[in-house]
Amino acid sequence: MNWLEVGNLQDIPQMGSRLVETPQGNIALFRTSDDQVFAIADRCPHKGGPLSQGIVHGHVVTCPLHSWKIDLSSGEAVAPDVGCVNRYAIRQGEGGKLELGLAE
Amino acid sequence: MKPKLVCIGNGMAGIRTLEELLKIAPEKYDITVFGSEPYGNYNRILLSPVLAGEKTIQDIMLNDDDWYAEHNIALFKGHTVVSVNRKARQIFSAEGAVVSYDRLLIATGSSPFILPVNGSNLSGVISFRDIKDVHTMLSTAHAGKKHAVVIGGGLLGLEAANGLLKQGMEVTVVHLMDILMDRQLDFVAAKLLQASLEQRGLKFLLKAQTQEILGTTKVTGVRFKDGLEIPADLVVMAVGIRPNYTLAQQAGLHCERGIVVNDTMQTYDPRVYAVGECVQHRKQTYGLVAPLFEQAKVCANHLAELGYSRYQGSVVSTKLKVTGIDVFSAGDFNGTDKTEEIIFQDPSQGIYKKLVLEENRIKGAILYGDTMDSSWYFQLMRDETDVTAMREKILFGQAHNLGDAGHGSENRVASMSDDAEVCGCNGVCKGTVVKAIVEKKLFTIEEVRAHTKASSSCGSCTALVEQILVATLGNDYSQTPKTKPLCGCTHHTHDEIIDAIKRHHLISAKAVREFLEWKTPDGCPSCRPAINYYLIANHPAEVVDDYQSRFINERVHANIQKDGTYSVVPRIWGGVTTPDELRAIANVADKYQIPTVKITGGQRIDLLGVKKQDLPAVWGELNQAGLISGHAYAKGLRTVKTCVGSEWCRFGTQDSTGMGIKLEKMTWGSWTPHKFKMAVSGCPRNCAEASIKDFGVVAVDSGWELHVGGNGGIKVRVTDILCKVETEAEVLEYAAAFMQVYREEAHYLERTAHWIERVGLPHVKKRILDDVAGRKAAYARFLESQKYAQIDPWAERASQGVAAHEFNVLKNIPVKVESLPSATVQEVA
Repeated sequence: MNWLEVGNLQDIPQMGSRLVETPQGNIALFRTSDDQVFAIADRCPHKGGPLSQGIVHGHVVTCPLHSWKIDLSSGEAVAPDVGCVNRYAIRQGEGGKLELGLAE
Repeated sequence: MKPKLVCIGNGMAGIRTLEELLKIAPEKYDITVFGSEPYGNYNRILLSPVLAGEKTIQDIMLNDDDWYAEHNIALFKGHTVVSVNRKARQIFSAEGAVVSYDRLLIATGSSPFILPVNGSNLSGVISFRDIKDVHTMLSTAHAGKKHAVVIGGGLLGLEAANGLLKQGMEVTVVHLMDILMDRQLDFVAAKLLQASLEQRGLKFLLKAQTQEILGTTKVTGVRFKDGLEIPADLVVMAVGIRPNYTLAQQAGLHCERGIVVNDTMQTYDPRVYAVGECVQHRKQTYGLVAPLFEQAKVCANHLAELGYSRYQGSVVSTKLKVTGIDVFSAGDFNGTDKTEEIIFQDPSQGIYKKLVLEENRIKGAILYGDTMDSSWYFQLMRDETDVTAMREKILFGQAHNLGDAGHGSENRVASMSDDAEVCGCNGVCKGTVVKAIVEKKLFTIEEVRAHTKASSSCGSCTALVEQILVATLGNDYSQTPKTKPLCGCTHHTHDEIIDAIKRHHLISAKAVREFLEWKTPDGCPSCRPAINYYLIANHPAEVVDDYQSRFINERVHANIQKDGTYSVVPRIWGGVTTPDELRAIANVADKYQIPTVKITGGQRIDLLGVKKQDLPAVWGELNQAGLISGHAYAKGLRTVKTCVGSEWCRFGTQDSTGMGIKLEKMTWGSWTPHKFKMAVSGCPRNCAEASIKDFGVVAVDSGWELHVGGNGGIKVRVTDILCKVETEAEVLEYAAAFMQVYREEAHYLERTAHWIERVGLPHVKKRILDDVAGRKAAYARFLESQKYAQIDPWAERASQGVAAHEFNVLKNIPVKVESLPSATVQEVA
């Protein structure tokens, strides 16, 4: 897989999010309190809310529109809600370099 | 090897404890359950509706065999445990099973009390306790036998009698006392109940003492002390229950009227816990389900070795489960020489309501015929709210006291059709709620909320959803514990957290979570904003605002809209603007192609549909015209609405516009537990609608009337009058002091209306009016904290680069990114 640098861990506040614009829509990068980074589509499966604007707690983000909770590692809504959102390949390199995996 | 947990008792308390345990520590124990009945776990409370033919046995099963298998629980059905050897840590069943334990949970429940009279062992003499009893009653009725006698006119006896009547038997209820349900009702309510049951066909023998049950092998009749004899094919004894503690006593555990446990549900043997009807806690035994569930939760917490939960006893209420008859009783309903009573009686409608008050606090309640407001009275009782201000109207119910936007008339949930909408916010109808309660086995309002979304938004239908829960389950399960934790991350209440922040001078969220032993590392969307608020409100000079703990609107100082764009509302002091300001707003709207420009209810201008990345530039241009943030997004001071007042109006008595502007200049930028709205009207015609604001000012010729606690939203609530003052300076002082007391004492997300309902108006008057020095000190604290709050957040972001990361995308990449599969997607594919 090819990897493309999109920024650095330090660009994202802890328990915060930043956006990457792509042809397939916005991808939200999340940095959790333990400095892990997740990349998912910035679209809540419920009513399309921008997940990047939600509150991040543990490895979960709560959508700002109607408080659905989305598990960042699986992309799935936390029960009892049902739904899922696309996940994207992301890795952290040296010095906190963040890279997204490109489609073939 | 996992430690072994053995539960003696397959009833509601024991299994509820296991369910709570599996939720928090699913892998901790190897679990074994013993039950003397040959069934899985069922809802004993719903035996009454089964007897009445309204439900089937299948309907009331809580956990079938699959559930035990799924959780690897070994179930010994039909096994009666006969002894416990605590030294060897083994239990023995009559059927020959021997199982050893590391922890033992005793949940043996209670047994019906059988009158020690001749004939009580005859065939056809039964109690009303389990499925077997119900089968006996049903088969007797279906065999065409006519005469049933129920001994005991309490809750259980009446439910049994009602069921047998519905099955076509002629039923006589025999009761020792002169009124029915004498433990729950007073004379008036009991007589109303009796009349209503007589109308249905039940017969009553009151003040009747049973002497003998007649018959040779099968029961044929009952004889009373006065010599009267009546025929009987079936006798149901429902004169009371006795905790089953013989097993525990034989094992050497300390028992009195039940198995004695401490606040962690532990018996005198640290390895042995006990829950349910068999226990005695702080000298009390309980026979209702709500306390058992509270005990189960605490016990599970300690079995999981979390070790922080305490059971401190329960305040209980009762409801009769006879369809079509609504009875509610709680607390000390008879009163003492220190109490007084408020009574509402309408015999032709069959309605009777009585509240027993002591020093203006509810001590007990009886409701007959209209129990719509039972949960409200119960809440007021448990919270010990001072009801002085509500006394005149309190018996007319919550809707008449707090106002109601459309739900008030729904006082008979049973008669609502399944497609009637319950939750207007989320479009949830009654049928959906009922279905979820039954199919997903929900017991609490929180569970219903999570599964159906009903009452999860504005909350105005909470009482209605609770009523549906009660109607569906047949009892008041949804007991809100008196000490309700802030959220699932902690067992501490709002007040305990506020107190810790003040007393121990905690100045960061991390410190709060560590000090109060939070269960989650970084909290949740409920506790994070609350703690951040409490920190800022209590230590304004020291606390660093944690923006990641703020809801998006407060984080970016604009209101998020459904499409992810934002709305921008500049502050317009007192609603008075100028041509220059309007031109600036118009120019911004043109330049940034803002699609909608709207006048708000608070006399401001709303620019809707602004793209997030345009926000700093939009703010910058508005700043240049002297416009700052209107905080339309904040849990803080929103707007001060005014009328034109004496400057123009021929009726105006004072300069309401000027007063409003002064109030707004003083209070803007302040953070409060929830949004805070003000208004100033120039005369009692009240064109600024001050009587539905958090703080309303109405000018009169001799000064200013100050009103507090109004709300024009979900539930319309008219303000309470605080007092009248003479000068503008006093208006400012009282407003600031009121706001400061509110922000220091109220819970996060509690509007002034709800706060006043909770603490009572007398408390607020005491703080603001009676305690002059306290008022002046609160005024000073308010002004002090404003020093740190009155910084325009728009200017910081537009020209000083604050939080730039919020408004810029990290990167724009023109290529496609590799998507990873998500579990659900794979399943669908």
